Amino acid sequence: MSQRINEKLSILADAAKYDVSCASSGSYRKNTKDGLGNSQGMGICHTYTQDGRCVSLLKILLTNYCIFDCAYCVSRQSNDVKRAAFTVQEVVDLTINFYKRNYIEGLFLSSGIFKNADYTMERLVRIAKKLRTEHKFNGYIHLKAIPGADDELIHQAGLYADRLSVNLEIPSEKSLKKVAPEKDYPSAYRPMNFLAKSITGYREEKKTLRSTPTFAPGGQSTQLVVGATPEKDYHILHLANSLYQQQQLRRVYYSGYVPISDDQRLPVLHSPPLIRENRLYQADWLLRSYGFSVDELVDTQHPDLDQEVDPKLGYALRNPEQFPVDVNTAPYELILRIPGIGVKSAQKIVQARQFGKLRSEHLQKIGIVWKRARYFLTTVDPDFRWLGFHPEHLRQRILSEQTRPKYSPQLSLFG
Amino acid sequence: MVYTYDGSFDGLLSVIFESYRLKTSAEEIVEESCFQPGLFGKPTFVSTNQVHSKRVKQGVRKRCGEQTTETLYHVFLSEQPQIEMLIYRFVRLAVASTENVMSNFREPIVLKIHRIQKQIHREVHRMHAFVRFQQTKDNLYAALVNPDFNVLPLLPPHFTQRYPMFRWLIYDTKRNYGLYYEPASDSKESQSPSIRFVTLDSSSPQHLSPQLLTDAEQDYQSLWQTYFHSVNIPERRNDKLHIQHVPRRYWKYLVEKQDNH
Repeated sequence: MSQRINEKLSILADAAKYDVSCASSGSYRKNTKDGLGNSQGMGICHTYTQDGRCVSLLKILLTNYCIFDCAYCVSRQSNDVKRAAFTVQEVVDLTINFYKRNYIEGLFLSSGIFKNADYTMERLVRIAKKLRTEHKFNGYIHLKAIPGADDELIHQAGLYADRLSVNLEIPSEKSLKKVAPEKDYPSAYRPMNFLAKSITGYREEKKTLRSTPTFAPGGQSTQLVVGATPEKDYHILHLANSLYQQQQLRRVYYSGYVPISDDQRLPVLHSPPLIRENRLYQADWLLRSYGFSVDELVDTQHPDLDQEVDPKLGYALRNPEQFPVDVNTAPYELILRIPGIGVKSAQKIVQARQFGKLRSEHLQKIGIVWKRARYFLTTVDPDFRWLGFHPEHLRQRILSEQTRPKYSPQLSLFG
Repeated sequence: MVYTYDGSFDGLLSVIFESYRLKTSAEEIVEESCFQPGLFGKPTFVSTNQVHSKRVKQGVRKRCGEQTTETLYHVFLSEQPQIEMLIYRFVRLAVASTENVMSNFREPIVLKIHRIQKQIHREVHRMHAFVRFQQTKDNLYAALVNPDFNVLPLLPPHFTQRYPMFRWLIYDTKRNYGLYYEPASDSKESQSPSIRFVTLDSSSPQHLSPQLLTDAEQDYQSLWQTYFHSVNIPERRNDKLHIQHVPRRYWKYLVEKQDNH
C-alpha cells in the first residue's frame, strides 16, 4: 500500500506547492485531554524546503483532476501531467501519522475541481470533519473554499477549519478572463464575502455567548500571482489593501509566477520574479504592521516598487523632509518609519530612553541596522553627517555599502 | 569571594543570597564539580537552601515582575561560561534599582540577559520544530535530539499539551538524559499523566536501531521524505537560505535529511 500512496503523495504535493501560503499561525485552538494536537497562535515551521520556504503543514491536493483550464495552473485540464486522487481516509491517515511524529502543524487541503464545486467542497469538508470528530484532532486545518460551492458547505468548512482561503490568483478580472476562461471575480468574491460576514458574526456572538462554536479562528487568506499578467505593483497593492479592509483578510500571499506553462496565453519568463515578489511582501508588511498607507508606498508616478531598495528605504528617500528623526523625542510611530529599525527595536528604544538619553552606541547594541539607520536619525551625539541629506547621494551610498549581493534570490522578509 | 554550589539554579540563587548576608561581593561562582583548586583562592561552598532561593526570586519579582525570574532560569540553562556571574550581577543591579531594569536597554548586563534569553527561546522553538518521533514496537514515540543548550526542562508544556494520549520520549544524546511522558492509565495506580527525566543505563544512544521500530514507521518516514522532496521548487533553489533556517548540526536527527532522493 505504501508505494501507491507514495506515488499519489508525490503527485499531489507537487501539484499543491505553487500555493505559497503555509502559515499555521493566527489561530488558537486548545487541545482536549484525550485529543491530538493544538495550535498556539505563533505557528511552527517544522522544516524548510531547498528553496528556503517554510514547511509547516501537509499541503496537498485531494486530486489534481480538474475540469478547468487555467493557463497559470499545472493541473489545468489541457496539461499533460500524471493525475491522482486521494481517498478521504488516506488524507486522514497521512495527517494523523505525520502529526504524531511532529512533522507538521496540520493539514492544508486544496483540490482540483472534479465533477463540480459542491462535489469537491463536500469532500474537503468531510476530511476536516473526520479529523476533528473521529480523531479529536486539534491541530491546524486550512481548507480551500471552492468558488461556486453551496453556502452551507462553506459554512460547515468554517466550523472545522482554522483558516479558509479563496485564491484570486490573477490581480485583475480582465487578465483573469484571458487566462482562466471559466473563472470570474464575482464567483471568487462571493465565498470571501460570505466568510467575512460569518467570521465577524460568530466572533460577535462569542462575546456574549461563550458556548458559540469557533468559526475559522485563523481568518481567511488569498493568493495573487505576480508577473504572469501585466498589472503594476500599484494595482496589486491597492487590491491587497482593499482585501484587508473590505474582506478583513489576515494575509494576502504573493506568488512570483514560476514559468511552469508553455501555454500561449502567458508570457515567457526565464525565472520567477523573486525580487519583485519580495518587495511586495515587504510592502505588505509595512501596510499591516508599520502603519503605512498604500499611497505612501506606490502612486501613479511610481507605480512599481523600487527593486533596488526596500519600500521603507524608498519611502524615506522620497520624503527627505521627514528625516532625520530624533530617537530621544520622536513618538513610536515615527521611529518605526526609520529604515533599519523594526518593531522590536522601536519598542526597545521607547523603553530605554526613559532611563536616560540614547547615544549611537546604545542604538547599535539594541540591534538596529546601524549602517542603514544612521542616515535617518539623530541621537544626543553630535551629528557628523557631512553628506547632508540629498536623497540621490544617499541612495548611491547605501547601495554601494551593501556587502551582500543585492539580488540574492530570496531575501529575508524582516531584514 | 569565590563560591561553589551544587550546579542547580536554586543553588546559584542560594549563593546570591549568601553574598548579601555576608555583605561580600562574589568574584567567582563555580559549580563544585567543575572547580579547579589553585585557580582561585579557597572557595566557600554554599548548599542549596529553598527558602533563601525563594527570597532572591521574590526580590527580583518585586522589582522586575514575575517573568524575570523565569527569564533568569532560562538564561541559566544556556550553560554559557560565567553565566553564574552574569545572573549574580543582574540580580544586584535589579535589586539596587527602584525601576524595572529589564527595560533598560542602555545597560550591557541587561542587554546580555536579553540576548541569551533570545538564544534560548530560539533553541526551544527549534526543538518544537525539529523533534522527530519514531514509533517503536512497544508503542513508544521516541525522538533523539542534540540541542545547543540544555533546553529539555523547558519542553514539557508544549509537548504534553500537544501529545497527551501516547507515551513519548525526547532524549538529549549530548547530555545523556531524556524527558519521558506517560498518559494516565486505568490499569495502573497512576491516574494522572506523568512526566519525568530519565537516563538510559547504556551509554547514550546515537541512533535508534531499525529493529526497534514498527513497519509502519519505515513507511511514514519514507512518505515524509517523498513529501519533502515533492514540495521543492527547483527554479527557486536557495541553499543559503535553507541552511540558515535548518542549520547543518540539526540534520542528524531530521528524517527528511536522511533520504537518498
